Amino acid sequence: MTDWLLSLAIFLPLVGAVFIITIRNEDKAVVANNARLTALWCSLIVLVIVIAIWVMFDPSTAEFQFVERRAWIPAYGIQYYIGIDGISLFLVVLSAVLTPVCILCSWEAIQHRVKEYMIAFLVMEGLMIGVFCALDFVLFYLFFEAMLIPMFLIIGVWGGQRRIYSAFKFFLYTLVGSVLLLVAMLTMYFTAGTTSIPELMDYGFPVEMQRWLWLAMFASFAVKVPMWPFHTWLPDAHVEAPTAGSVILAGVLLKMGGYGFLRFSLPMLPDATVYFTPLIYTLSIIAIIYTSLVALVQEDMKKLIAYSSVAHMGFVTLGVFALNQQGIEGGIYTMLSHGIVSAALFLCVGVVYDRIHTRLIARYGGLVNRMPVYAFIFMVFMLASVGLPGTSGFVGEFLVFIGLFQDNTWVAFLATTGIILGATYMLWLYRRVVFGELVHEDLKSILDVNRRELAYFVPLILIVLIMGVWPDPFLNVMHASVENLVAQVQPAIDMAHAAGN
Amino acid sequence: MHAAIVFLPLVGAIAAGLFGRWIGDKWAPIINSVLLIASAILSWIVFFDVGVEGHVRTVYLMNWIDVGAFEVNWSIMVDQVTAVMLVVVTTVSAVVHVYSIGYMSHDPHRPRFFAYLSLFTFAMLMLVTADNFVQMFFGWEGVGVCSYLLIGFWYKRPSANAAAIKAFVVNRVGDFGFALGIMGVFMVFKAVSFEAVFDATPDVAGQSFNFLGMNLDIMTTLCLLLFVGAMGKSAQMPLHTWLPDAMEGPTPVSALIHAATMVTAGVFMVVRLSPMFEYAPDALMVVAFIGATTCFFAATVGICQNDIKRVIAYSTCSQLGYMFFACGVGAYPVAIFHLFTHAFFKALLFLGSGAVIHGVQDEQDMRRMGGLWKKMPITYAYMWIGSLALAGVPIFAGYWSKDLIIESAFVSSSPMGGYAFWLGVGAAFLTALYSWRLIFMTFHGRTRMSEHDFDHVHEAPKVMWMPLLVLAAGAVGGGILFVNLFTGHGGHEFFGHSILMLGENVIELAHEETPFWVKAMVLVIVAAGIATAYVCYMWKHQLPGLIASMFRPVYKFLLNKWYFDELYDWIFVRPAMRLGKGLWKAVDVSVIDGLGPDGVASATLDIARRAKALQSGYLYHYAFAMLIGVAVIVSWFLFRVWG
Repeated sequence: MTDWLLSLAIFLPLVGAVFIITIRNEDKAVVANNARLTALWCSLIVLVIVIAIWVMFDPSTAEFQFVERRAWIPAYGIQYYIGIDGISLFLVVLSAVLTPVCILCSWEAIQHRVKEYMIAFLVMEGLMIGVFCALDFVLFYLFFEAMLIPMFLIIGVWGGQRRIYSAFKFFLYTLVGSVLLLVAMLTMYFTAGTTSIPELMDYGFPVEMQRWLWLAMFASFAVKVPMWPFHTWLPDAHVEAPTAGSVILAGVLLKMGGYGFLRFSLPMLPDATVYFTPLIYTLSIIAIIYTSLVALVQEDMKKLIAYSSVAHMGFVTLGVFALNQQGIEGGIYTMLSHGIVSAALFLCVGVVYDRIHTRLIARYGGLVNRMPVYAFIFMVFMLASVGLPGTSGFVGEFLVFIGLFQDNTWVAFLATTGIILGATYMLWLYRRVVFGELVHEDLKSILDVNRRELAYFVPLILIVLIMGVWPDPFLNVMHASVENLVAQVQPAIDMAHAAGN
Repeated sequence: MHAAIVFLPLVGAIAAGLFGRWIGDKWAPIINSVLLIASAILSWIVFFDVGVEGHVRTVYLMNWIDVGAFEVNWSIMVDQVTAVMLVVVTTVSAVVHVYSIGYMSHDPHRPRFFAYLSLFTFAMLMLVTADNFVQMFFGWEGVGVCSYLLIGFWYKRPSANAAAIKAFVVNRVGDFGFALGIMGVFMVFKAVSFEAVFDATPDVAGQSFNFLGMNLDIMTTLCLLLFVGAMGKSAQMPLHTWLPDAMEGPTPVSALIHAATMVTAGVFMVVRLSPMFEYAPDALMVVAFIGATTCFFAATVGICQNDIKRVIAYSTCSQLGYMFFACGVGAYPVAIFHLFTHAFFKALLFLGSGAVIHGVQDEQDMRRMGGLWKKMPITYAYMWIGSLALAGVPIFAGYWSKDLIIESAFVSSSPMGGYAFWLGVGAAFLTALYSWRLIFMTFHGRTRMSEHDFDHVHEAPKVMWMPLLVLAAGAVGGGILFVNLFTGHGGHEFFGHSILMLGENVIELAHEETPFWVKAMVLVIVAAGIATAYVCYMWKHQLPGLIASMFRPVYKFLLNKWYFDELYDWIFVRPAMRLGKGLWKAVDVSVIDGLGPDGVASATLDIARRAKALQSGYLYHYAFAMLIGVAVIVSWFLFRVWG
């Protein structure tokens, strides 16, 4: 009955994009404005659809819901097969929330090739939702790779001065991962004879093969997360990307790595997952401590936040590989929280970048004197980023710690140092940008946030606070699916324990 | 009613913080003050309801985090310990709110200030009414953030910003321990509500678990981890360095947060967790050791400071040390009693010094004061009352609580009892010394201000000195009125089940068995302290300078606060920055990018160039390459099949 809703959410943005192509007028300003309005309305409708899906979602089952299944390439058994469960639902919601935000924040900042820009974002939205809904490996791969193209263009066309270098670096990294993911997919297909994700979850690959498959997938997902040492594309990509590009990059793209682990590595390759957990732990701990230290000395605001993203994603991978209920839900929750908070932090940078056109921390200082509302907004997200209880950041992080501690106290101990380091670099950033005397001449006439900017900041603040104080509507939906996931991995954990003893 | 106490301040914070522009600079402070006074009145009603009638209750608000066995609720639990904290927090907060109407009257950001103050009060109330570890952590970090915001309230001052960050980060070091403690509690007990954990504690006592690869006693480890949090929040050595710097904030903030309430949260935590600490005697020894050491250390630094607020800040640090070693020897009710009396007289001292600072145009250095008593007699009287109470002169509040702490340490059978007792006695001497040093330097002698400035010195306005009457009353009568209620019958009667004390009751012992010479000695020591201050600062003015030059290294050591800041800077701050820079430039840019994307790009070009050379056209080159290829493939298959 409702099986067409997901398809609608995937294809409506694409329809909107086609519609924008058809906009023609002598006056360039009219074209630009119509493109913006079309994109905004289209993304808002998608948001409504996605929220409707959330409301109708049945949290009591781990089964995939809103499933739509059609033959696509029958010769190989490949299907157009989509559906969501408690793990993917919120990533779809996140994509749908952030797209209108992106369009709003580009309203005035982008004046060049507006039509193409809006098309790129709408196409991206459709593909992002597609990635999280796909239940056929081939379909997933298609969306997963196709996403690279609009992102590559957004950085390469509308980016900063070194945009070509950054775009290629981004492409190169992700491409290496993609090739190995393709190999893994083909191997699985030839072994199991199907590309349906639920069927692959139940197949049970031989242990030896699991390890190779796991490593191949790891290459792809680790680049996306990004895990240390595959992270160096991220700071460059963020620095050169336009604000909205950074929002999508930090908000949604990075989540595809974590999602990949949850959807593929854990349920399909449980033995290898248990086997490689120490590797993930090590890399994540290095990521948290290393990138926090590196963030401390950054001179560019966006780079600092990019490095902090790597640290936060370290918490995500730690939580996911704790392989228990608290850890995994904490990991997913951290993904959502980070999706909102880091996106909002990039928007905060965007606000002042639009006015002064620099991201160098040293060029700011004392903004609170002219921009009290901005200072308040930035403060909320800064505190959410350091995981203050009462904000979304805390719930996820703390669940991750709780989950980790039960598995390995050393890892929990080292990961928890992140709360000290995180506070240090964020407070230091905030102090240099917002507090102090207003000394730079060009800041003396800077204007506070306007209504358009408030229109996206206020909902984001509310989301951060609600997620911090009343996480139930979110966690409740995850329980069944995560329980199911833990049950899928549990035999492998027990076996490893038995072998260990 | 219980919910109203907690949420009225939040209403005020939201009103002043978000709608301050519309409410206006004049009304926002008044609205917040009225809400706080209402909250304080309700608190006293609840105090008598719980403390005297024994109506302990928990109000469930809603569930917070609920994942598997990890269940956390938002709720308001009021038992006897909480009831004491409620009246302390709301009363001092209400006084500080009203006082601030006068103190901050010239500040352009009044609504923001009052929003922070009220928000702080809300967080503190959430902390003391928590019925589980995680909500306590919420309040814990919440007060930390408000403290950060208020220390940095004058955001144009670089020193205020630095102090604010320092306070937050040092507290985070403590919270790191606290958070690990909560994780450990959950792992061991599969619950985080106080009730469930306390019920199961006796079964776990004596067992050990694996923590960081070591086999450790469960209760000792958990208690020590949690205590790290208490050390951070209550500024105990070695995590005390943030408190003196926190004096960068406006003085009412110092009175409320950095004297009466937030910094006592650590003591509250240890008392609240007495059912755990009682099963961890080793942890209690550490608590007593840290408390006694800090108590003495901070007092030694206090006698050398010249900034009026820093003297009182070190005094706070020292008094918190007393409270901790009281807990350490098992006299929890006395710790709470001292927390209660200390809140009144220390807030009085801070607000009194605020009146001084306000009266002398924001001067804080006592070397540039003197002779003020005629100009501000009311403030002068307040400072005397506060100092008498702080030093522990009979009748005044501090006498009842502090002497009982020292006596409890004396009679205690804890191995740390003797250590705590002697350092406590030593600190009592120093306390009297620095308190009267402050009074003499500030109010007596010939003034060291310029004539012009001295003429402008004025007494505090009514809105500032009137509310202090409440605190002065507490500093005079808070001890004698409540000593029996809180500590009679060993404290059992009042505190009921909210505090657990195993074994001998040190308070009853202290009441009964303290020899006369101990009581007499403490009083003599206090008198000696006051006399020493008189000799040094009223009579022989050259004496302090002489002593300082005679014991130059000792003096410098004390003046520089035992060099803790320099040490931390050298061990943590600089290496972190250097490491960060090194990792970024050397590893990220050179190694990872060099071998990764940049390397691949240049290698591709390189290979292309070489590949060109491979097309040599000689048949034997190709044949050779094929042969190698076949060998590689065959051996790979062999290894796969038989390997």
